[in-house]
Amino acid sequence: MPRPIPIPDDLSRPFWDGCNERRLLVQYCTYCDRKQFPPEPDCRECGWHFHLTWIQTTGRGVIIGSSVTYDSRIVAWHDQQPYLNAVISLEEDPVIHFHSNLPGVPVHDVPVGAAVIVDFIEVTPGQLIPEWKLA
Amino acid sequence: MAREIGWERNVDPVGIWEHRGKVALVGRGHSTTDRRWDGVSMDKTLGAYAMVAAQAAMEDAGISPDEVDGVITSAGGQPGHRSFGEQWAPRPYFDPPYDTEDGLTFVTAEWLSRQLGLRNVKYLNSHGETFWNLMGLAFQAVGDGRCEVCLVPYPNGNLEGRYHQAEGLSAPGAAQWSSPWGWGLSGQGFVFDQYCRKYGSNHDRMAPFVVQERKNGLLWPHSYYALHEPEPFTEEDYVNGRWIAKGLSIFDCDRPVQAAACYVVTTAERARDMRQKPVYVLDHTEGMFQPRSLVQTLEESEEWSDILAKRAYAGSGLRPGDIDLFSPYDGFAINAQYFLEAFGWRGVKRGEAHDFYAGDISLHGPNPLNSGGGNMGTGRMRTAFVTDPMEQLQGRAGDRQVKVDANVAVTIGVLPGNACTLVFSTSPD
Repeated sequence: MPRPIPIPDDLSRPFWDGCNERRLLVQYCTYCDRKQFPPEPDCRECGWHFHLTWIQTTGRGVIIGSSVTYDSRIVAWHDQQPYLNAVISLEEDPVIHFHSNLPGVPVHDVPVGAAVIVDFIEVTPGQLIPEWKLA
Repeated sequence: MAREIGWERNVDPVGIWEHRGKVALVGRGHSTTDRRWDGVSMDKTLGAYAMVAAQAAMEDAGISPDEVDGVITSAGGQPGHRSFGEQWAPRPYFDPPYDTEDGLTFVTAEWLSRQLGLRNVKYLNSHGETFWNLMGLAFQAVGDGRCEVCLVPYPNGNLEGRYHQAEGLSAPGAAQWSSPWGWGLSGQGFVFDQYCRKYGSNHDRMAPFVVQERKNGLLWPHSYYALHEPEPFTEEDYVNGRWIAKGLSIFDCDRPVQAAACYVVTTAERARDMRQKPVYVLDHTEGMFQPRSLVQTLEESEEWSDILAKRAYAGSGLRPGDIDLFSPYDGFAINAQYFLEAFGWRGVKRGEAHDFYAGDISLHGPNPLNSGGGNMGTGRMRTAFVTDPMEQLQGRAGDRQVKVDANVAVTIGVLPGNACTLVFSTSPD
């Protein structure tokens, strides 16, 4: 299925490059000892960019909730309706969230609270994006 | 004229508003309400409707155009000064005054002031953003003395076709984090799902609220539904509404419309000489929040609405029991509960909104919630949220007049992440 392809920019390129290496990265402020995703120009805690870097996560998470989209505003997704939209909370820092369509999981039977691990799927030659599957 | 910076009351502790009771609403006017503008009828543009509304508001207040010394508006009616018209513009334009987008789907204070022939205007501002923030800006400007008799139009337009539709396979900017997974209005359904899981509720329990809103809206002559779809709307209709994203049905989404309203805002002192009984402004407070990560969660919706409620109580000096009428924004309908519970109106606590909806929330009962019908009862006009409290407090709401003694009204919108609370009273004290 053709789906929208992320267009990396200066801020996000390390994340998308990490996906292509099958590594799930998030921003990390070494001063505040704080993770941040999606990336921002500055750390939201200290307000500075000096100590922002990227670190690799465990790639383990938990499903915290979901919805099922029947009438998407994203035209490329219309052929897939209804489709599952789940939210994944990162195991080591539950404040950090990721999207998932949980491939293979019935759209109306989502095991909220279940553990998941990251996987990567190709959306276009040369670009992987994170997906998640039941652990 | 330059955009106002830092007028909002959004830093705690806000303290009692310095202009509490010294600013008043004294007039309101509305255009008719259409589903869409056809793109060619010059008497049905958003500019034409803003003029109709402004003239009606001045007539209502009993003032002449020469008395107006300020115009404060939200030119596109949307956050960030955007206009839905940007989705259709540029286009072939017409003879003046419709030789640009201004006047068609976007109405600046400058355009309106010129068309109305306002000769004594000393303050113009077109950056009011969403409706509640627009009113807050106008109240602050009049309180600060930037103008004394101010027209406050709110135009909100709709044209042919669907908007917010993202075409193509390219996801740059913010879309790179959501579009590859098809995330959009699923965010609304996700938070509602979290709410129902936490408190043991379900979507069907929204039905009494939305049905009551439609009943209220049908009693307001400017409502889209009163004008175009006056048929009764039932709980059965509601629960059979198709999903947009599970947790959010078509009947939780407000119907986009083409309409304009206008208010006359002035000082309490000047208000005494005008035609209508003044409705005094006791407070306005604002707040804008950002999710900690990729999505807004229930925890954040509750945290933010709690902050907004505490701020409004601190700014107005009121307590929950002082509020006779409460009007939380409902477009999307599934957001109203976060505000209702945060403000604790009628003692409603977290997780109890759906129980409250199942009780008597009718106009003639003890808990007339959204007596103006909200957006679910009127369409995406948003202006019922000020016109109705105003008319209720003035005792001229007609068939919608509530039976409770209505002296203090509170309205809040738009969403928990970006909202303004307005507090009105029959008394300046």
